[in-house]
Amino acid sequence: MVGAASHLTYWITIFLTITGLYIVIARGNLIKKLVGLSIFQTSVYLLYIAPGKLIGGTAPIVAEGFKIYSNPLPHVLILTAIVVGVATLALGLAIVVRIREAYGTIEEDEILELDASAARAGSTPTEA
Amino acid sequence: MTAHLAILQVVLPLIAAPLMILMRRATLAWLTAVAASAAALAIAVALYARTRDGQVISYAIGSWPPPWGIEYRIDAANALVLLLVSLVALVVALYSRRSVAAELPEEQHYLFYAMYALCLAGLLGIAATGDAFNIFVFLEISSLATYVLIALGRDRRALMASYQYLIMGTIGATFFVIGVGLLYLATGTLNLADMASRLPDVQEQRSVRAALAFITVGVSLKLALFPLHLWLPNAYAYAPSAVSAFLAATATKVSLYVLLRFYYSVFGAPFVFDEVPTREVLIALSLAAMFAASVVAIFQQNLKRMFAYSSVAQMGYITLGVALGSADGLTAAILHLFNHAITKGALFLLIGGIALRVGSVHFGRIAGIGRVMPLTTFGVVIGGLSLIGVPLTAGFVSKWYLILAALEHGAWWLALAVVLSSLLAVVYVWRFVETAYFEKPDAEVARLKEAPAPMLVMSGLMIAGCIYLGLETSLTVGGASEAAAALLRGWR
Repeated sequence: MVGAASHLTYWITIFLTITGLYIVIARGNLIKKLVGLSIFQTSVYLLYIAPGKLIGGTAPIVAEGFKIYSNPLPHVLILTAIVVGVATLALGLAIVVRIREAYGTIEEDEILELDASAARAGSTPTEA
Repeated sequence: MTAHLAILQVVLPLIAAPLMILMRRATLAWLTAVAASAAALAIAVALYARTRDGQVISYAIGSWPPPWGIEYRIDAANALVLLLVSLVALVVALYSRRSVAAELPEEQHYLFYAMYALCLAGLLGIAATGDAFNIFVFLEISSLATYVLIALGRDRRALMASYQYLIMGTIGATFFVIGVGLLYLATGTLNLADMASRLPDVQEQRSVRAALAFITVGVSLKLALFPLHLWLPNAYAYAPSAVSAFLAATATKVSLYVLLRFYYSVFGAPFVFDEVPTREVLIALSLAAMFAASVVAIFQQNLKRMFAYSSVAQMGYITLGVALGSADGLTAAILHLFNHAITKGALFLLIGGIALRVGSVHFGRIAGIGRVMPLTTFGVVIGGLSLIGVPLTAGFVSKWYLILAALEHGAWWLALAVVLSSLLAVVYVWRFVETAYFEKPDAEVARLKEAPAPMLVMSGLMIAGCIYLGLETSLTVGGASEAAAALLRGWR
């Protein structure tokens, strides 16, 4: 089957990429930004994995009766990328916890306002 | 043993990091960090010596032959980057003991050094590897360590700086990995040398151009190309002093190397500069960085932030050299990459001394600092002269070559722009001179002493390097032109 439908995975990938990036840019809540970042990263997993799958292909284990094999390499690469993504998300959330302890809020505009008013007052900012 | 140098370069600091976590002792961890960076430097020197005659070292990890296995591939270009990174790492590691002791609580010290070693391993890995996906993995290893290091800053704004860098850095790395994915789909390989030999057959495909765009934007975020530099000023300003120095000297430079490697060794300069309008875009952004970031630097109230904006401007000179696309431009870019790394590393090390004594690097607090910390202040002035590009300093040599390359290119107006934007550097360096020497120290500053000896010695060494590289140019100019030749020759 040729046409738009055969490119369905690409449409989904692009939709997720744009959605994730939009959330990162448009949201002021630090947690929501991280959610967007995760969606953005996840879309790339799809970009790698989807082309590796052949219709009717099996896992690449040589056996009687199987001729078509899917490419296993993208899966392995994305396994690494998932680890990276999880580590990034975990670190991001940990930093947000510290930000919440230091500022008492996780809204970006309120934090910037707190920094700006601290700068105006000329006081030394509180230690984190 | 010598056959495995390429992998040991990366693995030694990588193993040192978890060892430090197990030790849980600040002093032991520091000694390990120093030992790991010293070993890395020794290996980098050995690799550099072996690549000087144009030899390319190829190392197959786990004996899986490339292009199937991951290959580490080292030529004169990345050997120079490895040398720079490990040299700065050793100096900063030796320096960091006093600085970290003053800025971080005792129980966090061993974690700091573990992150430092991890960051070093990541940066060395990016430079050493010849595999596109491996670059991404090391990019993220070094970045994640960097986010932690920045968040360790005393000021609570360090947390926000770290968070913003995390968001922008991850977007950059993801763009990079999208580009690599598109290249993998087009060529079926991740080995850079193999990719380079297959790309000419598929370079008419639109996805290859998209890959070039994604990689350019992704890496530009990491190297803080204007206007993608927004994460940099706060990250440098609020990170612990040792971290600012290390990052300013290495992180953006390694990212720039990735860009060079993809432009010259993978895509090839004709494709990048003639088929796609990369040159025009890069020149425009470089000029914007040189002027806009320098102007912004003039109006900063925080010394570290001022020099951070100056870094964005200096990256503009480097990308300008890259954009010229000629061998001379490339030589100038690599030369400035090296010289600026030494200069800015030295400056941030000296500022670390000021931060330690004064407790702040705000212009209002460092008035008259020249009278109580004469050596440190004099060092900053020399570093500042090197930023401006005054003769007898390292900065002059690289700007001279950049101007020559621009004239060679027939672009006298670019040469003029380099000179004019350097005048802006005079203004912000002068602001420091005025504050430090011509204002009266208040009672608090008057009681201060010179920075601690170990810190002073290490930053003095770097400043001496600035002068030395300004006088004895055969080392850097030779290295840079060999690196440029190696990049232009490519890996095909």
